[in-house]
Amino acid sequence: MVEFTLPRNSVLQKGQTFKAAAEATNIRRFEVYRWNPDTGENPRIDTFEIDRDHCGPMVLDAILKIKNEIDSTLTFRRSCREGVCGSCAMNINGKNTLACIDAIDHYPGTIKIFPLPHLEVVKDLVPDMTHFYAQYASIKPWIETQTPAPADTERLQSKEDRAKLDGLYECVLCACCSTSCPSYWWNSERYLGPAILLQAYRWLVDSRDENTGERLDDLEDPFKLYRCHTIMNCTDTCPKGLNPAKAIAETKKMLVRRQQG
Amino acid sequence: MIHHNRPLSPHLQVYKLPLTGVISITHRMTGVMLSVGLIVFVYVVSAIAAGPEAYQALQGIMGHWLFRLVYGGFIYALFFHLCHGVRHLIWDTGRGFDKATLNRYAFYELIAALVLTLAALFLTFTG
Repeated sequence: MVEFTLPRNSVLQKGQTFKAAAEATNIRRFEVYRWNPDTGENPRIDTFEIDRDHCGPMVLDAILKIKNEIDSTLTFRRSCREGVCGSCAMNINGKNTLACIDAIDHYPGTIKIFPLPHLEVVKDLVPDMTHFYAQYASIKPWIETQTPAPADTERLQSKEDRAKLDGLYECVLCACCSTSCPSYWWNSERYLGPAILLQAYRWLVDSRDENTGERLDDLEDPFKLYRCHTIMNCTDTCPKGLNPAKAIAETKKMLVRRQQG
Repeated sequence: MIHHNRPLSPHLQVYKLPLTGVISITHRMTGVMLSVGLIVFVYVVSAIAAGPEAYQALQGIMGHWLFRLVYGGFIYALFFHLCHGVRHLIWDTGRGFDKATLNRYAFYELIAALVLTLAALFLTFTG
């Protein structure tokens, strides 16, 4: 449902400011969204001053520095620190991206960090992804076949057919795109969102999959697929440079072609 | 499990919409405005049909500079809505999704709508 404002318990409050040490000369300010489930208070924005001379180059380095040296209660997800796991997806200065591959010097001034938009917050920068993963499971993200497996070999694929998966298999399911999409904000109960639809298309174009018809049947729905209004925030924000909007358009084309027989 | 005490993370409040995103929401808003504007259009047509007196009253209102401004805005909204509609048709063919071109084409749309508006106004007031 379309709601332009935040619910009362989600309205932001001013938080604390943590000053840098007096001898620091190269200071960068970070404003970070905080919410502690144990206090019952509204979310707040804390300000941290970071000495850039003693901090790594990426936004994730600054967040780790805050946790290690300033406030150990700061909570966030991270793992690979090289953009392949998708854990540290968050909203940095108004755009969703992976903190580990986003350089601090990419931004001129204060860096504002929020959890991925329009999700329930578990704590600080950790949103609840349960629904997102359930939607992923709903598109059956595995190969489905009718024919028996070849006796002595894998199911083979030509180089051309394999190339069709380029730009799709690289998706790490970080949810940057889905949570950048206003249509997903308002309709996520029923609209699958760009990330899941890109994954659905990945299985639609896999030459080894033999369940294309049923997959298309599942997607042919006014909400699951057709709540995409080509707003293009997904493609704009994808930290891996992928194009979910294009995958969705290709899926719509497959549905039209099928109707034409 | 539903956690009613959990806050909703900020969305519109913090998200910086790229130009194409702004154009998308504007497309929707102009769609609504143009529909409402049709009521005014019906008033214009019915005033013409109702004879000289009703038409004179209409001229009195529509001749006001404020209404001329609305009139110009209406035409721009119409052409903007048309241009973005054309872009949607192109998108439906699977073309025009290249990330590098998104903002450029959005800019072209705005310019094309402006040129068409100026042309329409020129024809209206000189033709």
